[in-house]
Amino acid sequence: MILLQLFLTFFKIGLFTFGGGYAMLPLIEKEVIAHSWMTMEELIDFIAVSESTPGPFAVNISTYIGTHTAGLPGALFATCGVVLPSFIIILIVAGLFKKFRDHPAVKGVMNGLKPAVVGLIASALLSLVLAVFAPDGLSSVNVFSESFLRSFVIFLIIFLLNLKKVKPVHLILISAALGILCGYLLEAL
Amino acid sequence: MQNKTGTLFLTFLKIGAFSFGGGYAMIPVIREEIVNRHQWLSDEDMLEMIAVAESTPGPIAINAATFVGYRVNGFWGAFASTLGVVLPSFAIIYLLSFVLEKFKSFKPVAYAFTGIRAGILVLIFRGLVSMYKQSEKSLLFWILAPSAFLLSVFTGLNTVWILIFCALVGMIFTVIRMNKESKS
Repeated sequence: MILLQLFLTFFKIGLFTFGGGYAMLPLIEKEVIAHSWMTMEELIDFIAVSESTPGPFAVNISTYIGTHTAGLPGALFATCGVVLPSFIIILIVAGLFKKFRDHPAVKGVMNGLKPAVVGLIASALLSLVLAVFAPDGLSSVNVFSESFLRSFVIFLIIFLLNLKKVKPVHLILISAALGILCGYLLEAL
Repeated sequence: MQNKTGTLFLTFLKIGAFSFGGGYAMIPVIREEIVNRHQWLSDEDMLEMIAVAESTPGPIAINAATFVGYRVNGFWGAFASTLGVVLPSFAIIYLLSFVLEKFKSFKPVAYAFTGIRAGILVLIFRGLVSMYKQSEKSLLFWILAPSAFLLSVFTGLNTVWILIFCALVGMIFTVIRMNKESKS
C-alpha cells in the first residue's frame, strides 16, 4: 500500500512538473507535507543536500523519501514513479514533435503553464521563508531572538554573495561555515 | 547496435554522476559527448531536444536523456540513457539517507544546517528570478503568475488543479488570439 502510494504520488509529481530547476518544488512541498513524509525543516535541509550531490533534484528527492518511508523498495517505487511519465511521454513525442510544436492548443497550454510555474515557485519560496523565520507561526515571531537574528544575518550575507554570482555549491558551503561560526559564537556568549 | 546502447548507458552514467545543479547544467555536457565526441546527433537535434525537454512534463535531465537515447538507438537507447542518468543519484542518495539523520545530530553539523537553511532560501530566490527573467512578460503572464501565487497561498486548492486551470486559460487565450490574427 505504501509502495503504491509512493509510486502514484511521485508519478503525479513527474507528470505535473514543467521546466527545470525548482519547478518541481511547489508540488513536492505540498505532497510531502500532506503525507507527513518529511517536515518543512527536513525538506529544506534536503534541498541543500541535493544541491551538493550530482544528479536531478527529482531523482534525489524521490530516492530519499522512498528510502525513508519504505527502504530500498520504497526508493525504487518512488524513483520509477517520478521518471516514468517523462519516459513514456518523450517516447511518444520524440517522433512527432515537429508536428505538435506549432499547434495552437499545445502552444497555448505552454503559454499558460510557464507563468503558473513562476507564481507557484514564489508561493513555495514563501512557505520555506516562513518555515525558517517563523517556525511557530507568524504571531510568535520574535525578531530579537538569537535564532531569528542568526538566520537573518546569514541570509543577508548569502544574498549579497549571490549578487556577486558565487556558485550555488560555494554558497551552501559558506552558509554552512557561517552556521557553525554563529553556533559556537552564541554558545560562547 | 548493442555497442551503441552500452555507450549511451555509460555516457549518461557519467553525465548523471558529474553534473551538479540539475537539468540545464547537463546540456553542455550532453552536447560535448553526443554531438562533438560521438557525432550521433547534430546541433539542430540538440535545440530540438531542449525544446522538447522544456515543453513536456518531467525533469529536464530525464526528458533529455530519454530523447537523445531514443533518437540514437530507439527504445533500448532511451531505456539505457534514462537508467544511466538516474543510477548515480539513486545510489548516492540511497547510501546517504542512512547516515544523514545520524550525521545531523553532531553539533557542528546541526549548526551548519542552521546556516544552510537560511542560505538555501537565496538559491531558490535566485532560481525564481532567473525563471522570471526568461518569461515573456505578456498580459497572460501578469494575469496567471499572480493568480497562481494567490491561489496557492490563500486557498487549499491542489497545485495540480492550479496548473490545469492555468493551462486551460492559456490554451483558450492563445487559440482565440491566433484565430483573430488569422482572420485579420
